[in-house]
Amino acid sequence: MAAPIDLSAALILSAPPLADWLVVLPVALMIGLGAVLMMVRKSVRLHGGIAIAGLALLVILDAGLLWRVWTHGPVTMVMGRWLPPFGIAFTADLFGAVMALAAAIVALAAGIFALSDIDASGRRYGFYPFLMLLMAGVTGAFLTGDIFNLYVWFEVLLISSFGLLILGSEPEQIDGALKYAVLNLIGTTLFLIAVGYLYAIFGTLNMADIARKAAGLRETAPLTTLTALFILAFAMKAAAFPVNFWLPASYHTPRVTVSALFGGLLTKVGIYSLIRVTIMLFPVEREALSLIVALSAALTMLVGALGALAQNDIRRLVGYVVIAGIGNMMAGVAIGTPAAVSGAILYALHSVVTMTALYLVAGEVGRLGGTWALSGLGGLYRKAPWFSGAAFLLFLAASGLPPLSGLWPKVALLKASLDIGAWWLAAAILVSAFLITLALARVFLLAFWRPQPEPVPEAAAPGGSAVDWRIALPLGCLTGLVVLFGLLPEPLLGLAQTAAEGLGEPAAYIQSVFPGGAAR
Amino acid sequence: MNTLILRTVAPSLTALMLLFSVFVLLRGHNEPGGGFIGGLIAASALAIYGIAFGVPSVRRAIRFHPMAIAGFGLLLATLSGLLSIVLGVPFMTGLWIYPVIFEVELPLSTVMSFDIGVYLVVVGAITSIALALEQEPGSDAEGEN
Amino acid sequence: MEALFSILIGLFFTGAIYLVLSKSTVRILLGVVLLGNAVNLLLFTAGRLTREVPPIIPAGMDTLSPGAANPLPQALILTAIVISFSFFAFLLVLTYRAYQELGTDDTDEMRLAEPRNEQLPPVGY
Repeated sequence: MAAPIDLSAALILSAPPLADWLVVLPVALMIGLGAVLMMVRKSVRLHGGIAIAGLALLVILDAGLLWRVWTHGPVTMVMGRWLPPFGIAFTADLFGAVMALAAAIVALAAGIFALSDIDASGRRYGFYPFLMLLMAGVTGAFLTGDIFNLYVWFEVLLISSFGLLILGSEPEQIDGALKYAVLNLIGTTLFLIAVGYLYAIFGTLNMADIARKAAGLRETAPLTTLTALFILAFAMKAAAFPVNFWLPASYHTPRVTVSALFGGLLTKVGIYSLIRVTIMLFPVEREALSLIVALSAALTMLVGALGALAQNDIRRLVGYVVIAGIGNMMAGVAIGTPAAVSGAILYALHSVVTMTALYLVAGEVGRLGGTWALSGLGGLYRKAPWFSGAAFLLFLAASGLPPLSGLWPKVALLKASLDIGAWWLAAAILVSAFLITLALARVFLLAFWRPQPEPVPEAAAPGGSAVDWRIALPLGCLTGLVVLFGLLPEPLLGLAQTAAEGLGEPAAYIQSVFPGGAAR
Repeated sequence: MNTLILRTVAPSLTALMLLFSVFVLLRGHNEPGGGFIGGLIAASALAIYGIAFGVPSVRRAIRFHPMAIAGFGLLLATLSGLLSIVLGVPFMTGLWIYPVIFEVELPLSTVMSFDIGVYLVVVGAITSIALALEQEPGSDAEGEN
Repeated sequence: MEALFSILIGLFFTGAIYLVLSKSTVRILLGVVLLGNAVNLLLFTAGRLTREVPPIIPAGMDTLSPGAANPLPQALILTAIVISFSFFAFLLVLTYRAYQELGTDDTDEMRLAEPRNEQLPPVGY
């Protein structure tokens, strides 16, 4: 035991700065809180307060992390003192940190909205513990620097999403959950297959290590096949055409808060991983596959937009709007220039906030109007003018109209696709935006603007028009964010630009994991 | 399934398996074994008990709800990892103390408490699923993980 | 040895995909389990195959004995087994509940969330 061994070859001997803990603390906080909430599962009244306090703390931690990354560059902490690549590394670069912050803000909003939307039975089924674990999975996926660890976080968020999806176990939910569960499980299994091949080729799982070794292996190893496998797996998670059919089959079945979380976060985790793997790890291979990704992106946009036009249930309509957005982000990946990637990052941030808000709007529409079917809705503007105003702004944002947040990422993507001469991709972006505008304008026209259709659904005027802060606060804040980003885009544009450059040239990322070049 | 033979054997079998699960858990520190496999053994012990005497008696016997047990395990594992913030070493670093109790040196570590956490998570989660499956259809008061 | 394993993994994948493409939920479930095992074997083979020396540091030594198996894929597989096991348990409960609630195990008949003749949205006021 006391034999003199040189530990410096295997272990980190210097104490990490306290600020580095910001990489680990968000995830640890969420897991710990989830555990505490599971322990006090009987006293459901405590759940809401504890969870919202925890989510507020998560927002603060993520904001601190973003600040640290912005000022000091990527932050790394390696589990258990082992030197990378042997220890599992958590590495936050600008892209990961900003996505984590957006996810935390959205989760806080959804947590507050859930106070009114999720009743006591839903809480007894464990809404808040599952929400905490879902956030642990999402945050972990954004902050990890190890590709197998990314797989583990995928599974964490997947299993908690199952729990959220069947909250209440209505037959409809079980039907949706079964399809969601099987297809997502196959998707993550594909990811695991890709990880297996990657390990067989590289002998390492650390992303920084993979990024610096890829150049040397490009001649001999089948990296293009590997990248194709990763793209398929992540496209399945992100619901890109032609593997998108699980989303409209399941996303409208759970409670609307759950739909909001899923629509805002889960598909974006798929996009995040896609960008991380294709842009940072395998840029040359992405180039080779870019035509396929671009085709898939264009078709995803059109399928999403046409699907949205054909839906009567507004929750399903919003599901198709989510899919159309995924197509836009895929287009950024397909083009692959720093400008396009920064457009995709911007779109992801916009989409996290807007899609969550849209589902919350759908939930509130259902509560005020007593139905989710467009054919039966009407007269909501008269009933709730302020809410209608917020909904209108969000619809504009989701369609990509000025002066709201949807405009800037679309402009960036359009310009990037025209720069490389992919006019058809630009056309797809425009056509899809036009069709989404039509679909959402029709929602506003039918549900809000027109008078209430005569056969008032039973239980007339359920829920008074009194403003409930548990609904007004999250919706107001998310709408505020959308407007703010639309009017003052410069800070975020600059941030996305820097993040995209950091992904294209991951020297700083590698430097953060292997300070001083490191051994091997 | 609940024949006389099973009902006679089940209590002693369950006790034996629970004891064995703790043995496997502790043995896992230096040799094959560990929290996960120990937890599975314990969960199957509880499942056997449930088959013999019904789900309500298992719930009575373990006193806490299985998910609460899993939650405690998760908390224990997280705290074991977080303890290293106090000593200025990275997350999840194994920390050791060697207290001497009755003149025997007892090596205790966060590695072990983490493994106990894993054990409890597995016991809780798998028992909860097993009980949900064993439960009579219709009486679904507290099933579903 | 690796070649033999590759063929075996291929057979596993064939069976798994055949089962997953079926209509019956129980068969899909079996396919998913088989798929998980195929991936585990794949991970195992990815770490290169060696024989007989387990990756355990013998008493009194500081390093692994030479020729020991690669422990990392084993750790990966253990993680994957744990995850696929818990998923399997969950999916089992879910398919059972689905069969109870929907009265069918045929995926074509499961149209509760997406009804067959869904109404189209109104085209005007």
